[in-house]
Amino acid sequence: MNTLTLWFHKLGSPPTFYRFATVLRPWLLALALLLAALGLYGGLVLAPPDYQQGDAYRIIFIHVPSAWMSLSVYACMAVAAFVALVWRMKLAEVIAMECAAIGAAFTFITLVTGSLWGKPMWGTWWTWDARLTSELVLLFVYLAIIGLYRAFEDPRRGARAASFLVLIGVVNLPIVHYSVVWWNTLHQGATIKLVGDTTMPMSMLWPLLVMAVAMEFYFGASLLNRARTSLLSLERGKQWVREMATADG
Amino acid sequence: MGGYAAYVWPAFGVFFVVLLADFLAPGLRRRRTLRELRARMRRQTRRGGN
Repeated sequence: MNTLTLWFHKLGSPPTFYRFATVLRPWLLALALLLAALGLYGGLVLAPPDYQQGDAYRIIFIHVPSAWMSLSVYACMAVAAFVALVWRMKLAEVIAMECAAIGAAFTFITLVTGSLWGKPMWGTWWTWDARLTSELVLLFVYLAIIGLYRAFEDPRRGARAASFLVLIGVVNLPIVHYSVVWWNTLHQGATIKLVGDTTMPMSMLWPLLVMAVAMEFYFGASLLNRARTSLLSLERGKQWVREMATADG
Repeated sequence: MGGYAAYVWPAFGVFFVVLLADFLAPGLRRRRTLRELRARMRRQTRRGGN
């Protein structure tokens, strides 16, 4: 085994991961806060008002990155769930289940900020169009995963059952993403494209992208924060946790 | 905020409150787990051994 695979195997052991998470967590959080401060300054102070939407468009700086996160956290959770089911790795189970809580938070933020943006621009808080409905279904999928996990007495069995649900729920991701293309929606289509022209001026685009990167770092920090707590609780009978409990008290 | 303050600020407020709760909740859970574990360890020592 080379050094990298060895390191990876060692990271899978709960006490090693706990130490790793404890060291890395403050750095990721600091990066997230720094970038968020920069992105918010760019979005709320430097960027000009929109010629049609005035200042209401500024909700974009949290709405769109949160919406991206609601999908990418799901993708990350699906990879962890797959690893958990195939290799029965405890850390992967923990990561998949903790992703669900963070994903649900981002999906909730997306729906609420979208609603607050919809009222002044569309004249309604909510409409049953394809994008909004599929994002709401995404929130319900996240909540169902959390609910199924908690319904089991044995958390490891719960995590495996919920991991199946995670993999089934993957079908919703392309539906959310392509909903504005496949159906006629009140929600606008994508402005920022990986392929093709992005129809957004630079003064508005950079704060948006900085906010998106900030949220990626936040996700990393929150996941480490949650995973280490969950591991501590799952392994509370083990020696390393007992030693920590004595040292902390 | 050009007349849209009633929509923009609540949106940012929800964003910060939800993520703050997301980050603080595990810390509370961690403290509770360790407290319960210490109580159990004390009971075991009183009974003499594991």
